[in-house]
Amino acid sequence: MRTFAFSRADDVAQAAHQTAPEAAFVAGGTTLLDLVKLDVMRPSELIDINRLPLKNVEWLDDGRLKIGALVTNTDLAHHPDVQQHYPVLSQALLAGASTQLRNMATTAGNVMQRTRCPYYRDPAAACNRREPGSGCDARHGLNRLNAVLGGSDACVAVHPSDMCVAMAAIGATLTLQGPEGEREVAFQDFHRLPGDTPHIEHDLADGELITAITLDAPLVPAGSYYLKLRDRASYEFALASTAAQLSLDGEMIGEARVALGGVGTKPWRCPEAEAALVGQPAEMATFERAADIALRDAVPLEHNAFKIPLARQSIIRALREATRLARQSGEQEGQA
Amino acid sequence: MNDLTQSAFNKPRVVGQRTPRIDGEFKLTGRAGYTGELLAEGMLYGYPVPATIANGVLESLELDDALAMPGVVDILHHGHFEHLHRSPNSMAHGDMVSEVRLPFEDERIYYHGQYVALVVAETFEQARAAAYRVIARYKEEDGAAIGLLHTDAQGELQESAGTSRGDPEAAFGGAEVKIDSTYQIAAESHLQMEMHATLAEWRDDGKRLVVHESTQGVFFQRNAMARIFGLAQENLEVISHYIGSGFGNKLFMWPHAVATAVAARMAGRPVKVVLPRQQDMTGGGNRPASRQRVRLGADRSGKLTSVIHDSTTETSLVHQYVDACGSATPSFYACDNVSTSQRVLEVNHGTPCPMRAPGEVSGIFALETAMDELAVELGMDPVELRQKNNAEQDPASGLPWSSKHLDECLTSAARRFGWDKRNPAVGSMRDGDEIVGYGMASCTWSAGRQPCEARVELRADGSLFAACGTQDIGTGTYTIVAQAVAELTGADLSRIEVKLGETSLPAGPLSGGSMATATVLPAVAAAVRDALDAIKEVATGSGGAFEGSDADSLEAEQGGLTDGKRRVSFEEILETGKLSSVNGKGSAAPGDERSEYSFRSFGAHFVEIRIDPDISRVRVARVVSTIDIGRAINPPTARNQVEGGIVMGLGMGLLEKLDYDPRDARLINANVADYIVPTHADAPDIDVELLDYPDFKHNEFGGRGVGEIGLTGVAPAIANAIYHATGKRYRDLPITIEALLAAS
Repeated sequence: MRTFAFSRADDVAQAAHQTAPEAAFVAGGTTLLDLVKLDVMRPSELIDINRLPLKNVEWLDDGRLKIGALVTNTDLAHHPDVQQHYPVLSQALLAGASTQLRNMATTAGNVMQRTRCPYYRDPAAACNRREPGSGCDARHGLNRLNAVLGGSDACVAVHPSDMCVAMAAIGATLTLQGPEGEREVAFQDFHRLPGDTPHIEHDLADGELITAITLDAPLVPAGSYYLKLRDRASYEFALASTAAQLSLDGEMIGEARVALGGVGTKPWRCPEAEAALVGQPAEMATFERAADIALRDAVPLEHNAFKIPLARQSIIRALREATRLARQSGEQEGQA
Repeated sequence: MNDLTQSAFNKPRVVGQRTPRIDGEFKLTGRAGYTGELLAEGMLYGYPVPATIANGVLESLELDDALAMPGVVDILHHGHFEHLHRSPNSMAHGDMVSEVRLPFEDERIYYHGQYVALVVAETFEQARAAAYRVIARYKEEDGAAIGLLHTDAQGELQESAGTSRGDPEAAFGGAEVKIDSTYQIAAESHLQMEMHATLAEWRDDGKRLVVHESTQGVFFQRNAMARIFGLAQENLEVISHYIGSGFGNKLFMWPHAVATAVAARMAGRPVKVVLPRQQDMTGGGNRPASRQRVRLGADRSGKLTSVIHDSTTETSLVHQYVDACGSATPSFYACDNVSTSQRVLEVNHGTPCPMRAPGEVSGIFALETAMDELAVELGMDPVELRQKNNAEQDPASGLPWSSKHLDECLTSAARRFGWDKRNPAVGSMRDGDEIVGYGMASCTWSAGRQPCEARVELRADGSLFAACGTQDIGTGTYTIVAQAVAELTGADLSRIEVKLGETSLPAGPLSGGSMATATVLPAVAAAVRDALDAIKEVATGSGGAFEGSDADSLEAEQGGLTDGKRRVSFEEILETGKLSSVNGKGSAAPGDERSEYSFRSFGAHFVEIRIDPDISRVRVARVVSTIDIGRAINPPTARNQVEGGIVMGLGMGLLEKLDYDPRDARLINANVADYIVPTHADAPDIDVELLDYPDFKHNEFGGRGVGEIGLTGVAPAIANAIYHATGKRYRDLPITIEALLAAS
């Protein structure tokens, strides 16, 4: 840990203006402070944004749900509107981290969390994401936890979030406040693929602050399911996870959303797999075909080839469960 | 032997009864001072700088920036350290250490995390900040000796660690049924809750050293430090009142303690070092990886004719540690032809050390998995196979067991588990998406005992005091000492004060090897009897409450003495005698019984696992165990040891693995997020039964110790259950998701 300046922001515009290039916003601190203590992140200044009025969850007139950047993961997971209309998001949040971490972690902070690649977290290792041009120790190292989708020669680090996988499936928009004013970015465009510049992780300019994330209007009537596969039952990042949402039109699939976690260098939406589901019978053969399509471009490394069949299993099971729930909710609608 | 004590403890009043921990309130209220949170007047903080390579040479240290940081007092390193001596590292002389190499002894780097400097500053934060500013330049060398499981290297044969009886090779060659399998277990971390910590302070113008250490052996550390610093033992004090567990890596001193004491002397102020978790995992001990080959020969009836158990484990380049995997094997089953051998391979990893049931837990995984393989080969129930080969006496020594009830453990646990509902056909038991697997294994741990001294006071204020230089590492030693005093005096537990964990107290044993209970309680009992003799002398003397009575006619009862007609409290007797207290000293040691009997605990674990094959998920649903540990002195804490062992065994079986990079031998998962241990959500339903057969041949209290046996046998029971569910035999631990997927 190195010394840094510390200040508190009292309003959003001020926060978005005052930053030095090496400054970092801190909310829950569950990633940032950990990495500062490991000497991986070395901010010159920490700006505490916890006093900013960004803690509301509200419906917009167009049927979308707007979530303030500072809503904690715990509050969001247990928010009645989220539980009722976006259960896959609540499930994903509760599958992540531990109660203590979720109590501190915020919505925007979760979007901004860093990879768990062990070589990223070790300043003595070569890592292009941490230190551009230094190389990648993971590519030929112990890469069990690394990505099979979206990797490059420069970086194969997994984006570790569960929440983001659900948001990728639901569809969302980030609101950013910067020195030049406010702008919006689609969720799927926010995180960058590593390419040759893995250190540029997202579409956020210096001084810009995420102020809200607005979820697309919920699918109705639909079933959704978040399935996280990992070594132990709790408090571990995903080896493979799937957020699945679908609506049924009789025995056929109406709309479908599939996103993957634990396998991609960013929260991994699977539009081609979704296309392969729409209009097809909601049965195992369809799910299997969609899973194969979702993983068609997966590239294994020495120690993570198992993630491809594991992700395939997670997709199929999540779609099966989402279908079961969609049928249940359809039956309830029918009864009502 | 032990006639007196058998009568005294056949119907105990306090011993064997459910007793709340007497230190529970201190722990719950934060008043129990653990080493890491102690403060001393003028204390400085040290923070070690760990090597970032595993094999090479430290070429230079740039310290100017770090020294200029606020609060920095000094930075110790190879070029700036005291000249010290090594400890002789002798178990017999009580000066064994975890790493014989002294800190900063040379500039060679033998493992990732080896200390290259120690920053000393006014605050912890200043020390850590400056440690990050130290620039160490290394000449990293190719060809690091990588972990055992990544190499074909064979290691050095340890002649002294092997055993042989009969002609096992010939018997194996001629066996009707043979099993020949190789088992590999990844290195594990102790991951004890409280990290290694030292607070060192020199007193009396640097003539006397007082060290607070989170240790399982205050006397071992004192003796080793006396050798290293060239001090008389009387000028060294080691204190360890509360310990956040150790699991073996706090048995013997590590280099951080030496560096801390040097820092304190050089600074002329007390210095405290608490290792961060990463350094605790790189350089604070580990269970070394093992590779074992087990060959079993049997006849068609299932009778073992040959057992050959060959093991290799890792050690570091700076210390020879032998994790003796085969040490339980010669005693486990009745078989005329048995041999064990042990090899050790030097690797560029942090030094391994004993970890809960060292050696044997690894060896029993191999042996008990092999037994399951044999049962499958024979088409025999695995419980029956074990019963058929039950050793009625210790086949290693030829001596009768002091007390053995393995057969009852097997039958009782099987009954409670519902083993009779097991369909032995692989994959035959299904529940929705899940396949249910039932597996079992026996477990064992030796019952040792050491010499011990203790002291007891009966005081005029009505309190009683017992002291012994052993430790309570969280297992409940304080409480069982108080129980022993209460048992023999009839005094209420609330009046008994127990002091442990100081070298100023009568010499006590290591808290290790499941030996502390059987070692300490007889010494405490002897001290109580000595104190009772003293107070009887007061009571029967001139002006005493029982003046003129025969001391032998008096008995202790409810914190006083009685002649059968009236009872007078210790308090009143001392008051009358104008005494503040009477003092009793006691000592106890193992005796001739060790050459007449063999002492070992046995038990059995039955495990239900559930596998959801379509998502490659395996979870342990249920564990039913019956263990014979003699008498449980305090049943809840004894049971807690077994339950903790079961959860630890689940980690060993399915989760835990120190990941050393095979390219350069660096440890890459030295944190509690990436080194995976079971969480509460992973803990199965656990049903532990402790048989209650006091082993009075072992000691007068009848207890054999319980810290380690619960861990042994759990991992093979899990692996055997997974075989039952899947038909796939897993011989490498942990059994990972990728291994499950590879089988499907």
